[in-house]
Amino acid sequence: MSKSNFSRRGVLKTGAIAGAGLALPTYLRADAHAGFTNAPGDSEVILGFNVPQTGPYADEGADELRAYELAVEHLNGGGDGGMLNTFSSKVLDGTGILGREVKYVTGDTQTKSDAARASARSMIEKDGAIMITGGSSSGVAVAVQALCQEAGVIFMAGLTHSNDTTGKDKRANGFRHFFNSYMTGAALAPVLAANYGTDRKAYHLTADYNWGYTTEEAIRSSTEAMGWETVNAVKTPLTQTDFSSYIAPVLNSGADVLVLNHYGGNMVNSLTNAVQFGLRDAMANGHNFEIVVPLYSRLMARGAGANVKGIFGSTNWHWSLQDEGSKAFVQSFGTKYGFPPSQAAHTTYVQTLLYADAVTRAGSFNPCAVAEALEDYEFDGLGNGKTLYRGDDHQCFKDVLVVKGKENPENEFDLLEIVEVTPVDQVTYDPNHPQFQGGALGTCNPGA
Amino acid sequence: MDQFILQILNGLDKGSAYALIALGLTLIFGTLGVVNFAHGALFMLGAFCAVTVSKLLSLSHKVVDDTRTDFLGNPMQVDVPYLHDWFGAATGDTIIDWAVPISIIFAIPVMVCIGFIMERGLIKHFYKRPHADQILVTFGLAIVIQEVIKYYYGANPIPTPAPSAFKGSFDFGVLIGFDVNAIIYPYWRLVYFFFSLVVIGAVFAFLQFTTFGMVVRAGMADRETVGLLGIDIDKRFTVMFGIAAAVAGLAGVMYVPINPPNYHMGMDFLVLSFVVVVVGGMGSLPGAVAAGFLLGILESFASTSWAVSNLPGINQVIIYLVAIIILLTRPRGLMGRKGVMEE
Repeated sequence: MSKSNFSRRGVLKTGAIAGAGLALPTYLRADAHAGFTNAPGDSEVILGFNVPQTGPYADEGADELRAYELAVEHLNGGGDGGMLNTFSSKVLDGTGILGREVKYVTGDTQTKSDAARASARSMIEKDGAIMITGGSSSGVAVAVQALCQEAGVIFMAGLTHSNDTTGKDKRANGFRHFFNSYMTGAALAPVLAANYGTDRKAYHLTADYNWGYTTEEAIRSSTEAMGWETVNAVKTPLTQTDFSSYIAPVLNSGADVLVLNHYGGNMVNSLTNAVQFGLRDAMANGHNFEIVVPLYSRLMARGAGANVKGIFGSTNWHWSLQDEGSKAFVQSFGTKYGFPPSQAAHTTYVQTLLYADAVTRAGSFNPCAVAEALEDYEFDGLGNGKTLYRGDDHQCFKDVLVVKGKENPENEFDLLEIVEVTPVDQVTYDPNHPQFQGGALGTCNPGA
Repeated sequence: MDQFILQILNGLDKGSAYALIALGLTLIFGTLGVVNFAHGALFMLGAFCAVTVSKLLSLSHKVVDDTRTDFLGNPMQVDVPYLHDWFGAATGDTIIDWAVPISIIFAIPVMVCIGFIMERGLIKHFYKRPHADQILVTFGLAIVIQEVIKYYYGANPIPTPAPSAFKGSFDFGVLIGFDVNAIIYPYWRLVYFFFSLVVIGAVFAFLQFTTFGMVVRAGMADRETVGLLGIDIDKRFTVMFGIAAAVAGLAGVMYVPINPPNYHMGMDFLVLSFVVVVVGGMGSLPGAVAAGFLLGILESFASTSWAVSNLPGINQVIIYLVAIIILLTRPRGLMGRKGVMEE
């Protein structure tokens, strides 16, 4: 019979020490303790604002950042409360989120997908951001959304208009408040038909990237359904600055409408060139020649100056709206910064409030609980009327604004006038609509 | 045929900008031997001279208009330009309307000064350094300049329109017997083309018919010998740097009504202008001008829907393709001189 050197007490002692040693690193990580990435402590919660601070959309990014700072101020009980006072949900009481003070870190997307992913990753891994939000480009939104899905944090998209963000590239951890290309087409086409008639021939100039393609597809499909014919659609490089070679043949192409599926600097330059080449004053097929800019941004419209006058487009929100939510936001933002907010500022402010509200209603920062609280959530009082965050694709459904460049602006902000508030039913589509097929939400990832 | 003429016209105005920038680049390279990657930034600075003059002329004071309210519901504060107070509304508006042409008077001395400061303050320290060092330091300088401009003027384009008299377009096709709307051409682009011809002509005349120009040309051909004759050629070359900066600046000033300027516009032109210089022949002024117009026209043809649909992407690469072909068949470029960049 052999004698063992192990005693019961010794085994228990060794096991306890080894177990404590193995468990210590895990215990010290709060996220693992809570079961999801970057679980906040008891005193503060960190949000990550990922906006273009350099590059061509830096002004838009600066406006987003202003809105985020305002949202944080309101969530923490500062200022006049802004849209917290008009929001249909009343769970946010100015004490932060679930009693934690809201802090934030910022990243610079540079409007480049790789830079945006790097800054988002840094905010998640180094700064402990529990939610990432912002951006001014669909390419960036899709890239950062995929990263947040892998990392197990919620992504509340900023300004992204491509169908793909909540179409083929949708993710369970990603949510979009901004409208999309399909909605633009559905809202704009009836207004175009009413103003320009149904017997029209359109010529599309389309920015050669993801957003350009989905916008062209949406506008073509909606206008052709109204009886318009598309005579040509030409892709233009994203880096193009002078569009004269593309504009010059338009007048002699048989078309009587030019659709500029361009955004930002592309839109400013192509519209300026089109007006220079006399398209607004020309006649074709017995009609006045017309120009359409599907997606307007007030900040970008300012770059095109007087060239936007009388030109139809669409926008997610405009500071001149007279509902209580919009008025509260404009008052709050305008008092703090001295000028009215842009649509980019509005959507990012709203996204921050919606996230905070979802966490509070869920009673947890766990991304899966937050996602569940946002899915199929109906709310009001945030500037776009009654809105639904659809659970099938995490896209917000709300009224869409059709706008027109103002003929006699009274000041530098007074560039667009609202022509029609298109009701939400007119822009709602089936989740399996052909323009949105090809992807799946998948399942929520809490990370950790 | 009408499309052919239309694309040539388009190419001429685009080529005008390339030619003016490439002319300045070649002047600097031919005189100082410096590869100046900050030249695009000089073009951009010229454009922002026009923006600055436009803003200066529009300087206003606030007058409260009790009949209207602003976006916050307060009585509206209306901007009244000082020029209205000084000259009356009609004359004041006319002066503001002509801001871009007026900017030329402002831009010439400003750009010459910027050129002097750039050359004396930084670039002269890199004359004897390898071209790679020159490229790095001038490229860095260009980035600094554009970030400074972005800081003060923002990232968005700033609309700076042409005078009302030159807004819109005319039917060039009707003038030469084509149908209505066949060849429409904007007035300002025509102005830009003729302006560039005047500037190019003035630079050539200066070099060809003045004693100063003769010495500079002699210095470009044989710097050492001119120096041995007791002529301070460095001082003259510094002046030429200032003139090259002014040429780039003038190209920028007059370009702003074509496309609203932003801080990045210099970079958009820089690389293409270098290709123009190489195709024209390093150090050859006529080569730079000829290549500028040639490549502008080719780029215009490559951007037609016919070309893009038959050869996708041709509009992006045409200039580089032509550059490769020319450099394979004529390694010194179209009008390059033997010995330049060959040591």
